[in-house]
Amino acid sequence: MDKRDKIIWLVLLAALIVLPAVGLSRYLQRVISLIFIYSMLGLSLNIVTGYMGQISLGHAAFYAIGAYTSGLLSEHFGLNFLLTCVCGIIMAGIIGWLFSIPTTKLSGTYLAIITMGFGEIVKVVIVNWESLTHGTYGLQRIAKPEFFGFQLNTTNNGLYYLCLIFLVIFVLLCIAIERSKLGRSLRAIKDDPLAASLMGVEINHYKRMAFTISTAMAGCCGALYAHLSGYVDANSFNSDVSTLILSIVIFGGMGSIKGMLLGAAVLVSFPEVLRFVAVYRFVVYGLILIVMMVFRTDGILGGPSKRPYVFPRFVKLEKGEVTKNGTAGGK
Amino acid sequence: MTAQYIVNGLTMGLIYALIAVGYSLVFGILKMINMAHGAVYAFGAHMILMFVTWNLGAVPAVILSVLLTGGLLVIYDRTILATLRKKKAPGIAALITTIGFSYIIQNGLMIAFGTEIKAFPALLGEKMIQVGNVKFAFSQVYILVVSIVLLVGLSLLIHKSKIGLAMRAVEQNSRAADLMGINAKGVISVTFFLSGMSAVIAALLLASYYQTVYPTMGVMIGLKGFSASVLGGIGILYGSAVGGIILGIAESLTVQFLSGAYRDAVAFILLFLILIVRPNGLFGKAKVSKV
Repeated sequence: MDKRDKIIWLVLLAALIVLPAVGLSRYLQRVISLIFIYSMLGLSLNIVTGYMGQISLGHAAFYAIGAYTSGLLSEHFGLNFLLTCVCGIIMAGIIGWLFSIPTTKLSGTYLAIITMGFGEIVKVVIVNWESLTHGTYGLQRIAKPEFFGFQLNTTNNGLYYLCLIFLVIFVLLCIAIERSKLGRSLRAIKDDPLAASLMGVEINHYKRMAFTISTAMAGCCGALYAHLSGYVDANSFNSDVSTLILSIVIFGGMGSIKGMLLGAAVLVSFPEVLRFVAVYRFVVYGLILIVMMVFRTDGILGGPSKRPYVFPRFVKLEKGEVTKNGTAGGK
Repeated sequence: MTAQYIVNGLTMGLIYALIAVGYSLVFGILKMINMAHGAVYAFGAHMILMFVTWNLGAVPAVILSVLLTGGLLVIYDRTILATLRKKKAPGIAALITTIGFSYIIQNGLMIAFGTEIKAFPALLGEKMIQVGNVKFAFSQVYILVVSIVLLVGLSLLIHKSKIGLAMRAVEQNSRAADLMGINAKGVISVTFFLSGMSAVIAALLLASYYQTVYPTMGVMIGLKGFSASVLGGIGILYGSAVGGIILGIAESLTVQFLSGAYRDAVAFILLFLILIVRPNGLFGKAKVSKV
């Protein structure tokens, strides 16, 4: 990350921290918190779609698993939010991992349809497993997060800051993944799986790992959403949600962290901003998706990176192989 | 009783097969999933309803609807998908535009016709027939006959006619086909038109069986038709047809022997199991990737 990027991130963060001081209405707070959650969902799917190049049309399923795990634990046992959230993450991660075992050999269209199918299966199970999930009634009055007797809600801006903190953690996590061996392997798999495997990248291992991390992150978003909105049912996690998450990733620019924030901000706020066109807003939404894809196919902030590739610190190059600024030449 | 369920499953399965063929045709030639296919199906149903309420008569209404729906898909391809192809955009971009397209159609239908469930005239008759202890509606016979004729017709078209040969050529290598004097653009348009036509026919058959239409009617059936085509091996016509029939019968038997609640999950569980064993679907061939 260069200096300019750092400044952009810090200014953005500062602006978001100060924002509630201006006095946001409850409605605006909710919309912005939703943008945070969808940014996180975008970041989580970005690992599978952006870095690894696989399409998942069922991300809402893992989002739902996190939400229900966390919501039910807090309903039955009154556990603290942090604990239920961790359980949600673990649950979504485990199911994601189990899901990834048989599906690593699938790719492209086949993976897309099977993830979409999984989304539908989870929805059907939620509706029909009434003894656990209360069926179509959904989970109601999910407790707001509480820390040391201090309840976070919309009046004290607590929920807003909670989402913001999680978002910051997610962004840092994604930067770490991008720079790690995992990130490099995933990009190699995306560009050319066969060549990657010849270079010694264990494709299946990394695919499963990426999928598990991604679904665990989605589970975290689910837990956050359940406690934020206080109510979830099967329809909070239908295929439109999965489509929206995928659209955020593509729209923002696959593989770009900033792109996810921008994509979520645009796509989540558009239906709200477009309220004045009332019934036409989803038609306009569809048009935006199409126009966007036709004119900027790589998404707003996507496209091949122009930055020189920085070798990890422990990699030592022979003399003469290093260019002036300490980075390797080439693309 | 089981025979009854199999007959019901078969009729539903043939509808899935028609939808699946629509996905398969487009996928075969462009390697793209048309996520708007369910919405196109709903569009076709509403167009038939509109023309019927204008008192144009059943047959002209269906023909007009086929022309309009097919035309809509051709225009969409010529304006948007052709631009993306020219820019050599990644496949995922085309996929997202089809999602946008389905939003436009579905919500356009909601604005124009309202969100409520509307009555659809029983264009195919309401009589019931009893054979042995199996009872079925007259429209089910229509479903059986029309969809089988259509499926056979389509596969003859693709494997025996000149345009079918052109379609297969474009599918294999559109650039080479272009150089051989095949009008690739035209062939793609024809494919989209056929895909739209199969959706409209499926909509006609099912809407007059259930006698209802509504703007979101294509969502679930679109997903299931898609599963059916992947189940059989997407891009392979007979595979899609077989996939649809398997799906319909499996669903119907689940309703009888297990419970109706899990009906919508059957398609996807079945798909899951088959893809684990055969990653390219029942009749799909594994692609060999070269360095």
